[in-house]
Amino acid sequence: MSAFLAMGGYAMYVWPAYAVFFIVLIADYLNPSLRRRRNLRELRSRMARQAARQQRNPTPP
Amino acid sequence: MANWIPLWVHKLSSPPNFYRFAGVVRPWALALALITGAVALYGGLVLAPADYQQGDAYRIIFIHVPSAWMSLFIYGVMAVASFISLVWRIKLAEVVAMESAPIGAAFTFITLVTGSLWGKPMWGTWWTWDARLTSELVLLFLYLGVIGLYHSFEDRRQGARAAAFLAIIGIINVPIVHFSVNWWNTLHQGSTVRILGPSKISGDMLWPLLTMMAATKFYYIASLFGRVRTDLLSMESGKDWVKQIADAYGSASAASAGRAGAAEKESKA
Repeated sequence: MSAFLAMGGYAMYVWPAYAVFFIVLIADYLNPSLRRRRNLRELRSRMARQAARQQRNPTPP
Repeated sequence: MANWIPLWVHKLSSPPNFYRFAGVVRPWALALALITGAVALYGGLVLAPADYQQGDAYRIIFIHVPSAWMSLFIYGVMAVASFISLVWRIKLAEVVAMESAPIGAAFTFITLVTGSLWGKPMWGTWWTWDARLTSELVLLFLYLGVIGLYHSFEDRRQGARAAAFLAIIGIINVPIVHFSVNWWNTLHQGSTVRILGPSKISGDMLWPLLTMMAATKFYYIASLFGRVRTDLLSMESGKDWVKQIADAYGSASAASAGRAGAAEKESKA
């Protein structure tokens, strides 16, 4: 196992390369779901405001 | 629009339909990416023998080369989708083009960084201004240019149109990256995997490489579809189908946590 981790003396190049690969792709994958959650929350609060406004004056100007 | 295009294409390219379709496909694509990726990693890091010249350092190939292929492949997809969006004004093509750009930029960045980490022990330098490395760096700047141009307009559809032009013009760089190792005398090695004729790589090393290529393709589908779904929602936020989704999302999250309720209270105050 330690021989595997040592990568024949090239561990300091091989493992950072793999780390970059995974970190960048995970960040890329999570980004849209975070954006989506924020968008939906904003849309819901906008809808709630609209509904409240309509309740106050049912006939729009 | 042209009437030789089958009807199901029209139906699928309508935002609510594609939103649903992408939602179904996405988890499967991600699962396939994870499974094939795990198999490829096991084959590449454990089963494949060390290289007779490069020792274990060559194992960077299993992420470097698939990422480089993806950086070119995604550029092609982006340029084709840009062309379709400019000619036929299909909203979905526009979204696919603009959401491919960050994924392509991510793969290009990975290619450059892993290449640098491979170059240091093998060439003795992190970076050199040779044809392959420089053209790949130009590719990253093209991706960043497309992303930046898209976001620099107040009206996002106008931004998408401008960015689509840039994406189409920039396609000239893709063959330059690909053939740079043949056209110029470079430090970078030529291609070892060939579609025509036998590859110049041992089978033990070839199959993990090709499996990883499949994994990155699946990953691209999963990531792209997630991004497209998000974009379609915010683009069509006035439409009824989006309002229904927002309603469902709100009641689901209100049941699980009080956060949505708190956000609502904030907006009322």
